[in-house]
Amino acid sequence: MSASPAIEAGTVSAREAAASVVDPEIRVITIDELGILRAVEEDSTTGRITVTITPTYTGCPAMDVIRADIRRALAVAGHLDAEVRTVYSPPWSTDWISEGGRAKLAAAGIAPPAAVPAAGVVPLTLAVRCPQCGSPETEQVSRFGSTACKALWRCRSCSEPFDHLKAL
Amino acid sequence: MNGPFDFALALGDDALVAAQRLAEWTTRAPEMEEDIALANIALDQLGAARLLLSYAGELEGAGRDEDALAYLRDDREFRNALLVELPNGDFAVTMAKLFFLAAYQLPLYTALAGCSDERLAAIGAKARKESAYHLDHGALWVKRLGDGTEESHRRMQAAVDEVWPYTHELFAADQAAPVDPATLRPAFDETVGSVLAEATLTRPESGWAPAGGRTGVHTEHLAYLLAEMQVLHRAHPGAKW
Repeated sequence: MSASPAIEAGTVSAREAAASVVDPEIRVITIDELGILRAVEEDSTTGRITVTITPTYTGCPAMDVIRADIRRALAVAGHLDAEVRTVYSPPWSTDWISEGGRAKLAAAGIAPPAAVPAAGVVPLTLAVRCPQCGSPETEQVSRFGSTACKALWRCRSCSEPFDHLKAL
Repeated sequence: MNGPFDFALALGDDALVAAQRLAEWTTRAPEMEEDIALANIALDQLGAARLLLSYAGELEGAGRDEDALAYLRDDREFRNALLVELPNGDFAVTMAKLFFLAAYQLPLYTALAGCSDERLAAIGAKARKESAYHLDHGALWVKRLGDGTEESHRRMQAAVDEVWPYTHELFAADQAAPVDPATLRPAFDETVGSVLAEATLTRPESGWAPAGGRTGVHTEHLAYLLAEMQVLHRAHPGAKW
């Protein structure tokens, strides 16, 4: 395996390496864009890297793979002494998905989530637009989809079924 | 229940046993979307169970981790409420159980999110978001079946009548617990009242109130469930894959 010039020059920071890991279940978006990468810290004396992540859902089965992928990405970038910590507070919210991440989801045919309503506010349900044709004429088929974080929808205009990342 | 250990154990056992029961529907639900929904809800419950049992193990300080607590205790050592161990019955019974459990867990986790124990507060804040989806889903089916055909109405009412007595145990007062379950009853009653009314169902009279789960005295159904859940772990101690 040949390392890229940037890696050989040792310029890939631990932060960049961890941030480049893609979500194993939604492979178009990185864990950084998804908002589950909470911190990357380097101990100034030992050089040990501590990466902090948080799950989307408590039972997310992808967490073990994500931890392994982070360690592998860090090792490739030369950071061999690394630890991945998992925290649950504050709880992940779809509001943490970056603008770039939302655009990538939509481009991959996954309708991004709406903003999470603040506590006490009566939620106004906005139409979910079809990521294929842009039509607001869509309907929910099932509020639980192919992964814990997605619901299954269908477009009434173009008849395409699509995934929708649930606001959480 | 009284201290944080017993409390975390009871809540963790509720979630674990509920997850195991819901998983029995996998590949058997009435439609594909429902199959996926029930498996997803089971996964959420399992996620909460892992956090709660891991924490219970730390509080106990006897070296038991989540696996030791899940797989190496017998039925008399489990602290789940009887409601979650009841057999799935028909789809209406499963929905009645799902709805009542979520109507209890949502205010429970919400109250937990504000309690003084930091770990329990973090778990509550995380799990309540998922519970809100479970409650939506259960309520949707209770309404659809209750206000559906004559036959679906009959079966949903029968399911509510069958499961209702087991809800009382969830709210047994315990002032020493991080959240006193008795304080959750008004929120539960309000949710149940409005959903049953919309579903054209009658709320049963409260009378018989079986209990015992929180002290380890269970129905005959739990031991069978545990036997299936634990057999692999006990046959191959420490196995990894």
